[in-house]
Parts: sequence; C-alpha cells; structure tokens
Amino acid sequence: MADGSEEEIGEKQKKEIAKWFLANAPAGEIQYVAKDVRSILGDDEIYEMAAEEAFPPYNKAHLITLELPDRSGDIIISTFGEVDMCNYLDPRTAQVATVDHVKQVCTKVRAATDDELPSPYIEEFRDALDVELCKYVDEAYPKGICAVYCTKGKDVEGPGSDFEFSVVISASKLSPQNFCNGSWRSIWTIEFKDDLQVVELSGKLQVGAHYFEEGNVQLDSNNDCKDSTMMQAPEDCAVAITTMIRDHEAEYTASLEASYLKLPDTTFKDLRRKLPVTRTLFPWHSTLQFSLNRDITKELGIEK
Amino acid sequence: MEAAMDLMRRIPPNQSEMALSALLSLLPHHSADLLSQVDQPLQVFFDEESGKEFIQCEYNRDADSYRSPWSNKYHPPLEDGSIPNPQLRELEVEANDIFAVYRDQYYEGGVSSVYMWEDDNHGFVACFLIKKDGSKKAHGRRGYLQEGSWEAIHVIEVGIEDEGAAHYCLTSTVMLSLTTENKPSGTFNLSGSIRRQMSMDLSTEEGHLCNMGKMIEEMEGKLRNSLDQVYFGKTREMVCTLRPPPEVIQHRMPES
Repeated sequence: MADGSEEEIGEKQKKEIAKWFLANAPAGEIQYVAKDVRSILGDDEIYEMAAEEAFPPYNKAHLITLELPDRSGDIIISTFGEVDMCNYLDPRTAQVATVDHVKQVCTKVRAATDDELPSPYIEEFRDALDVELCKYVDEAYPKGICAVYCTKGKDVEGPGSDFEFSVVISASKLSPQNFCNGSWRSIWTIEFKDDLQVVELSGKLQVGAHYFEEGNVQLDSNNDCKDSTMMQAPEDCAVAITTMIRDHEAEYTASLEASYLKLPDTTFKDLRRKLPVTRTLFPWHSTLQFSLNRDITKELGIEK
Repeated sequence: MEAAMDLMRRIPPNQSEMALSALLSLLPHHSADLLSQVDQPLQVFFDEESGKEFIQCEYNRDADSYRSPWSNKYHPPLEDGSIPNPQLRELEVEANDIFAVYRDQYYEGGVSSVYMWEDDNHGFVACFLIKKDGSKKAHGRRGYLQEGSWEAIHVIEVGIEDEGAAHYCLTSTVMLSLTTENKPSGTFNLSGSIRRQMSMDLSTEEGHLCNMGKMIEEMEGKLRNSLDQVYFGKTREMVCTLRPPPEVIQHRMPES
C-alpha cells in the first residue's frame, strides 16, 4: 500500500492536486469541493493559494452568473468581458463589476469608461442583437442569462471594416437537496465580414448534468456548429442571427433527447443486455451439469 | 475520510482513477481505507500459460503480483504468494468457468474472473469481476459506441453453513462510461458508478455457486435498471429543465 516514497509530498504538489480537484468540480459544486479539499489538506495556506489560482479559470469556463450588488441584474463572468483579473464588463448595463472569485460574489460596480465600450456604430448592432437574444433566451431557458460582447473592432466607426461579437448564454439549475445539478453553456462567435458582406457564426454548446444520490452519474455533452447569413441593417442582422442560434440550439436539444431515447435498447445493450441472448434468466440451478460437461461449456463460451 | 468520499461522488466518474491517486498522495495514512472504499478501474492481464485474459484487482494481489484464476499462478511469479485451500480452489475453478458462460450470455464479450479466499470467520469471500469494452473497435456488436466500458465488481461474503443454510452478503459496484458521437448531436458522454448491498439467508441445497450466481444476476439487473431509468433519467430531466423541449414551452405559454 503506502510505501515510503509516497508518505510525504511537497507543498507545491499538494497545491497542484488541490487545484486539480477544484478545476474538475461539476457545475455549481466548486464550493462543496473546496470545503472537502480544505479539510483534506489541513493547511489553510496551501488551500488559499490553490483556490486563488483555481477559481478564476473555473468561474470563467463555467460562465457563472453573479448578482450585481445594486440588484439591477446578473452579470456573466466570461473571458470576453474581462477587464482584468477581478473586473468584468456587463455590456447591457455598460457597467464594470468587481468580483471576488473565491467567494463568487460581486463586491462593487462602476460605470464603464468610454474606452471600455464600443463605438456608437458597433453599439447599434450589439444592442439590437442583445434585445433579440434576450427575447429568445427568456422564452427558451427558464433560468437563462445572456450577454453580447464586442470582441474585435469595437472602435469601428462605420461601414468598411470587420468586427466580431461573442454571444454567451448560461443557464444552470442547482438543487443540491435533490442531489442534482446541471448547466447549459453556449458560446457563439459572430464575425461581421465587411468585404464579403456576410456574417459568419460558429457555436460551441455544452451541457452537463450530475446526479449523485447514492452514486455518481454525470452527463457531459458538447457540440460545435457553424452557419452564416448576409450582412444587413442592425435590426435585421439581429433577427437573422437569433433565428440561427435558436434553430441550432433547438436541434441540439432534440438530438440530446434522441440520444437518451436510444439508450435503453440500443446503446446500453452494447455494454450489457437486459436479458441473456437466450432471453431467459441464466440456468444457475443446472450449473452442476455445466461443471460435469465443462468441455461443452467451454465450447459454448467460444461459439457465442 | 468523509471529505474524501464526498469528493469521489462529485468528481466526474471517468476521472476517478486520477482522483483516487491524488487522494492517496494527500492522505497516505488512509490508503488502506481509500483502497477498500473506492473501487478502482479494473485492469486486464494476459495469462500466457493458459492463453486467457484475467482481471487484476486488490483481491488477487499479493505484493506486486496478481494471481491468474486460470493457472492459479502469480504474474510476475511469486514464490510464496497466497492461494486458496484446495477445496476452495475447486469451487473457484468451477465458478470461473460458469461465470464466463454467464458473462458471455449477458455481455456478448468482455473478460471475467472470480477469486475466492478464506475469511477470518471460517466462511469465505468470493469476488466476481467483469470488464467489458463495448466500443465499436472492441466488443460492441452493434457499433453504437465510440467509447463504452462497463466494469462490475461483486464481493460476496459467505458465512459458515448451519443446518443446510448460509448467510450471503453481496456488495456490488458498477462503473460505466459510454460515449456516442453523431453529426448533429456532437459528443454525448454518460459516466457513473453506483454501489449497492444485498443480504440473504439461503438453503445450500443447490450449492454456493448457484446461490451466489442468482444474487449477482438479480443485482446486476437492478443496477443496470437503476442506472438506465433513475440515474440517466435524472440527467435527462435536468437537460429538459435547463432548456425545455418545444412542446413543454407551448404548454407553459397559456399560463404565463
């Protein structure tokens, strides 16, 4: 079992292990994992160093949403809105929120500066898309939150240049009392190509679910998709883009459902059948005969 | 230990090997507890002498060697490795042969091994193991799975025979992972592990093997069913809650 070499590991290694556990926490469970890791480490200093490094990437990757301190709404924590390590832009309200990553709360909020916001020309496209997207998200996700960021060309003043938006949709449902948590994350990159007069979309959709009452079962699913449309006026672009997002996300939801429906009788069968090939329970009572005819049994085993 | 067990039910099941080795290095003084309470992925080894594969686990390990149920020899060779007494070994041989047939009827492939040893209470313990790779490139007959593994560990403690009956206590664990990949649906992975116990007092008229086999068969059926219906079902419900399918939204509309 534990041989001498394993007895003591260095602090650096302990911190790396702690970070690994935190990074692999399912959606909405990092605080529970943190509690366990802290008690296993028995060293608050190492834990705090690990948490300091592990929480920010986790929060951004999971697109966690935090309530703004003035209760004006929720902000999504994502790389697209990152001003610096602790400050995140909320493009809809043009505010920058200061975030405590480890506590997962917003501590204060300020108005964004002009430098942090896109030009009026870009904002017209961004705002139009945000309005359409919000309508869609309200309708499709009972607990969805979305944001539209300008990720390239935010200072473009008018037609003639390319720019890019990133759309994120984050929905999570946490019910630890029912041993069940889950999250939906979509990230859409939308490139407005001026020379070709096209808008190109590429999406990454990710769904996770965890059920852990007397067990541990997790769903991890993701999908990439692409689409494109013509460059039009801001409102028309917004409608066309939102329609494409809606269609792809609906198609993905339907395909997840189809994967589940195929499970019991097809997919799962390749692991273990419900009943033996003979369609009757295994004849354990006649095992005595089996062992008497061991050679035949062996043959059977090979033939099947 | 409590915190360690809580972590094990949160970390993605397909990462459990890494999680266990991380816990072992953080909690070296709990290594015995960890190894007995956390089921590890099963490894398959080839026994050249008998030309058959067998499964390695804690139950057939002595020092750094593993005993093959087919040849009763340790790999790599071990001078004084512990082996079951002749009577128990006879039952073990029989159990391996019959369990291989059982495994083939339910799994259409895979590897199985049965190990037995005497316990301190004059009874014995038997461990039935199954490992199946159901992926397209291995034993997946229907070819639906990009990746698919099923590992079952059944440990049965058998008490001493008393007036033609014995007490059987079965602890079973199933660990599985399945991945499908399709054009419109992307990658779809479900992984999990569950463990259950079942105790019975049974007449030994038809022999231990028959009793143990029936218990295992019943338990495997239950575990498969609850993974399919309950556990996978709960994750499916979760997906529907996050983004309800269109028919649900239409139902909701009139209310709002």
